[in-house]
Amino acid sequence: MSPDSQSRHQTLDENVVFHVHDVTKVYQMGEVQVRALRGVDIDLHRGEFTVLLGASGSGKSTLLNILGGLDTPTEGHVFYGENDLTRATESELTEYRRFHVGFVFQFYNLIPSLTARENVAVVTEIAKSPMQAEEALKLVGLQNRLDHFPAQLSGGEQQRVAIARAIAKNPDVLLCDEPTGALDSKTGIVVLQALQRVNQELGTTTAVITHNAGIAQMADRVIHLTDGLISKVYENETKLQPDELKW
Amino acid sequence: MQALAIAMVIVGGVSIFIMSLSTLDSLFETRENYYRNHHFADVFASLKRAPLSLVKRIEEIPGVNKVETRVLAYVNLDVEDFNDPVSGHLLSLNANSSGLLNQIYLRKGRLLEAGRDNEVLLSEEFARAHNLQPGDKLAATINGRRKVLDVVGHVLSPEYIYQIAPGAMFPDYLRYGVLWTARKPLASAYDMDGAFNNVTLTLSKDGNEQDVIDRLDELLKPYGGVGAYARKDQLSNRFLTEELKQQKTIATIFPLIFFGVAAFLLNVVASRLISLQREQIAGLKAFGYSNFSIGLHYTKLILMITAIGVIAGIGFGIWMGKGMSNIYMTFYSLPFMIYVLKAEVIIAAVLISMGVAVLGTLYAVSKAASLPPAQAMRPEPPAMYQTTLVEKLGLQRWFSQPTRMIFRHIERRPFKSLMTTLGISMALGTMMIGGFQEGAIKHMVEVQFGMSQRSDLTAIFTEPTSQRSLYSLQSLRGVEHVEGFRVVTAKFQFEHRSYRTTVQGIDPNGSLMRLLDTRLKVIDLPPEGIILTDYLAEILHIEVGDMLTLEVLEGDRPVVQVPVVGMAKEYLGLNGYMQLNSLNRLLNEGHAISAAWLKVDKLHQSHVYAELKGAPRIAGVVEQASAIESFYETMDETILFFTFITTLLGGSIAFGVVYNSMRIALSERNRELASLRVLGFHKAEVAYILLGEMAVLILIAIPLGIMIGYGLCAFLAFQFDSDLYRIPLVLGLKVYAFAALVVIGSSVISALMIWRNLAHLDMVAVLKTKE
Repeated sequence: MSPDSQSRHQTLDENVVFHVHDVTKVYQMGEVQVRALRGVDIDLHRGEFTVLLGASGSGKSTLLNILGGLDTPTEGHVFYGENDLTRATESELTEYRRFHVGFVFQFYNLIPSLTARENVAVVTEIAKSPMQAEEALKLVGLQNRLDHFPAQLSGGEQQRVAIARAIAKNPDVLLCDEPTGALDSKTGIVVLQALQRVNQELGTTTAVITHNAGIAQMADRVIHLTDGLISKVYENETKLQPDELKW
Repeated sequence: MQALAIAMVIVGGVSIFIMSLSTLDSLFETRENYYRNHHFADVFASLKRAPLSLVKRIEEIPGVNKVETRVLAYVNLDVEDFNDPVSGHLLSLNANSSGLLNQIYLRKGRLLEAGRDNEVLLSEEFARAHNLQPGDKLAATINGRRKVLDVVGHVLSPEYIYQIAPGAMFPDYLRYGVLWTARKPLASAYDMDGAFNNVTLTLSKDGNEQDVIDRLDELLKPYGGVGAYARKDQLSNRFLTEELKQQKTIATIFPLIFFGVAAFLLNVVASRLISLQREQIAGLKAFGYSNFSIGLHYTKLILMITAIGVIAGIGFGIWMGKGMSNIYMTFYSLPFMIYVLKAEVIIAAVLISMGVAVLGTLYAVSKAASLPPAQAMRPEPPAMYQTTLVEKLGLQRWFSQPTRMIFRHIERRPFKSLMTTLGISMALGTMMIGGFQEGAIKHMVEVQFGMSQRSDLTAIFTEPTSQRSLYSLQSLRGVEHVEGFRVVTAKFQFEHRSYRTTVQGIDPNGSLMRLLDTRLKVIDLPPEGIILTDYLAEILHIEVGDMLTLEVLEGDRPVVQVPVVGMAKEYLGLNGYMQLNSLNRLLNEGHAISAAWLKVDKLHQSHVYAELKGAPRIAGVVEQASAIESFYETMDETILFFTFITTLLGGSIAFGVVYNSMRIALSERNRELASLRVLGFHKAEVAYILLGEMAVLILIAIPLGIMIGYGLCAFLAFQFDSDLYRIPLVLGLKVYAFAALVVIGSSVISALMIWRNLAHLDMVAVLKTKE
């Protein structure tokens, strides 16, 4: 069996959401070539809460961006279910992000001119079977801040709006890039609790990237990235609750 | 890139400013210089015939400097291969001389030689229209006798910068020319040996113009003087003055609008450049730089960019100004052009540009520098927004989130939105001027020649004649209808105001000349009293029912009182109208007429022309239709050029405003738009937010621009009103539509260019970076 047909076979496994096969990513930075990913193989499973752990420059953000359809690998294949994301057109990738992926970012990336409710609605308006914006905000504990603009919200609240926005469309996967990176630990815990709740109550496959090893202890599975390669993968036998985490 | 945008905006604003104002100054300077160097006269007078011995007495009038007498005749000309009637003014000129006053400028060939009676110099425009070169011949009917003349040169004259045939409204170089020939043969043909019928003079430094005119009138009265007039009333000079007045208005309005918009853009782009430097400013502050030194640093930076733009703009402006001046030189047949660039124009351009740039910079720097460094280095907090007024009115639920974003963004920066809208409106308004001029002139011609004066030809008799002359005209093959009329020059006086023009006595039942009221309905001419052109009544401050004093300047020169019985709408010229019989009675003459209107069958036109050319008692023939046609031709070119310029200006203003606004909006909202792309918005959906905002502003700008354009046109029409012509404020749907389409077109082009940038929104980068 060729590696290609082998990987196709594996993706048919109902439990595998992402199948990453031998992915490399090379950036051209001026005259220097940066090899961000150097042959990564990994599967992400349905309903799983995964933490991608690594120092800055380890390639974890690159991998997340590729999974989210924001970037394409230089070589290798990424399957989302049966669909090869590396062969998708730009417009197919947009559709993919629109209907299947929820994103949470370090700097929230909210729309300043829209209220909390509207920041969620901006996504539910274009989704296929979304939940109510109010419902999503209630899930992250912001039912009383519906009509506040981002400028009127704290960092933690803004990030929770971002989570509500990400989950409101009922995405298949939730991808979070350093979601607590810009927050103090207390606020960070509130945000992580929201993520955990979404993962448990909605069963959304969740991948969180962080350089904070403490957070890894709440994950089902932890993937270590070092210099563009997967250096270690392990499952937590006992998961900690967010409020038990230390960092 | 931002620096380039700033520099470009300044280059555009400064160069247009310099071009317009320097061209205008050059035109005025050139005219002054031309008049001075060619001794353009200060006072002009025509009379029937006076002996040359009178010259001495004219010279003795206090305040008179130099006097020149001439023999001047209005003649029919015959140019080979051209069938239409051609008339011209023939002026006497001494051999080997360009005259004492109103000196001609020899453009081609040579001056008249002594003893050559048949030589003639032609006005350049006329010669060019017929391609008559030195060595060619043309025939003239001089006092009933045909004479063949040899062309020896082309000349320009300060007295005939504008060449308009008597009774005509527009220059028509094919059908009217000015010619100079030896005095002796001309004098003998008109029984003017040792006499003259035209005199011009210059004033000494302390000469009182009105006093000289009064004394000259007194002196010439016994010799059939029809009233002396000053340079300001000289026809060519008056047309030129009116034209320059228009140029002045336009040359001031355009660069002001353009510069205003450029200043706004400069301000916006400069502020944006600074706000992008937020972190560097914080860094500098952290190193211990004071707010003042930071402000100074950025001011220097912006001033440097501005200086480059200003220098390039001045250079470009001079280049365009010279080009433009040369176009005008040809257009007005000026012999030379003196390019003038006044220091104050440059100083104004520099000060305005620098001032605006510094203001924009200081505002942005003070905003950036007011934050403590640590805070400034953190990402900028989300901007404060509010629900908009439209939404509060209950429309919110109809708006999608992107639509709400559009309205909120507009409302958050009301001043900027307003200025953007205003900039686009100005562009639209500017572009309406070209179409307005075209439409207004068409309307003028339609009313004046379609509804009011409906003859094909006007034949002017050499002197007042009996109505029987009409029969011979009527009997010409091809003449369908003839109406005679009497024209007499008179001084119209009411209270202390007076105006010199003609009274026309017309057949009340005629169909070739009809008077119209302000609503363009035909007025019946009452048997007694006079009807005045409405603008003339305004000048005299006279109303219906008042008694007008008419001082007739011909024949027995009666001074009579006539009641004003009505006003007539006329766009060209100023006149008084009476019934023919009534005017004849006033003049104590029988049933006399001095000219006739003819309606001619097109098929026999050339035959009629030929007959009239040979008729000894016909001094000149003015053809309406071809004059209008040729007027349209020259007008079309000028207006096309003007429309091209206004469209280019308006289009580039619209483009500049729209493109720059969107560029800046894109740069300011890059992060927001890229985030939406990440969330699965398609390119078009993201473009909707950015372009939608612009579209809303454009939608507001179009009706606003139409109002501004209407106002501008009304202002111009009002400014251009003069006794020569009044421009009607007529704006067709086409004018509005064209301007709006150009605005929309420029916006679409900007949008397409922005679309290309939107395609390259870097989603990955925007997630990592702070604002």
